[in-house]
Amino acid sequence: MRLDILNRGYGPGTKVLFALIRVFSGHPVPDAARLVFYRPGFYGAGAKEFTHEAMRGPSAWSVADRELMAAFVSKVNESAFCVGAHTATAGQAYQDGAKVQAVLADLESAPVEDGLRATLRMLGKLTRDGEVGAGDMRDVLAAGVSPQQVQDALAVCAAFNTTGRLADAFGFELLSPEGYEAGAKYLLKRGYR
Amino acid sequence: MTELGEAEGAMPDEDKKRAAYRALVDRVLNGEGRASAELRASAFGNAGLPPPLDVLIGKVATTPGQVTDADFAAAQASGFSEDQLFELVVSAAVGQSARLYEAGLAALAEATADEEAG
Repeated sequence: MRLDILNRGYGPGTKVLFALIRVFSGHPVPDAARLVFYRPGFYGAGAKEFTHEAMRGPSAWSVADRELMAAFVSKVNESAFCVGAHTATAGQAYQDGAKVQAVLADLESAPVEDGLRATLRMLGKLTRDGEVGAGDMRDVLAAGVSPQQVQDALAVCAAFNTTGRLADAFGFELLSPEGYEAGAKYLLKRGYR
Repeated sequence: MTELGEAEGAMPDEDKKRAAYRALVDRVLNGEGRASAELRASAFGNAGLPPPLDVLIGKVATTPGQVTDADFAAAQASGFSEDQLFELVVSAAVGQSARLYEAGLAALAEATADEEAG
């Protein structure tokens, strides 16, 4: 990563943990996971708590839908690390990688429900333009999405606008396809905490 | 921080997602850090920062894919430590996300208020 402290500034216990993960998983700890171990009191602990709540907490959206939103927001931000990670996670969660690829390639023609499509459209506009209006929200609600679901989607959007920015700013190392699949398996089993 | 900072009448008060986000924002802005709270607030708002730090932070907020090694090197050469830059980059990322979150919640509040009124 771009700051040396993020590569080497961890305590002995954390370094041992990273080594153990590497041995048992067969993959180095991804930079996204390393970052939240750096001075966790400043960012990592709070970020994990919020991201877990957004991605795995109670919601009418499925885990797969929320992972797709994460991948979609990352695509709009052109954040390669997060696109790779959440495309893999959404694909595994749906057990349908083609569906995820279709959404990322062309939202309007992709085989998803209208409510999800309208929500992704709104998240894309918000992420790209920095703003949405009441009319955009009325379109989402008219597609059958509840106000609480909109709030839940906005939480996912906030989480991945944060993580994606840090991935690009700090220069997270991209993973191999196998690395992303292994990470996805972990995220579906354990979540973000 | 109106929408994030206060319970809104039309929404459930106990949105745990929002509460967890508020806690994150509060830690980044007001928690213990190596950069001053004032500087972190400026990075969060992407406003009022001295050059060349303003270039790095501006990119984090608006075009993070364009951040380069040189942006970090310039900021370090102007006297900021790695730990301070870590905090300021995090502040900028959380700040931009907070603005998006708030804009979305505000638009939703307006849309649902219209529906109730109509």
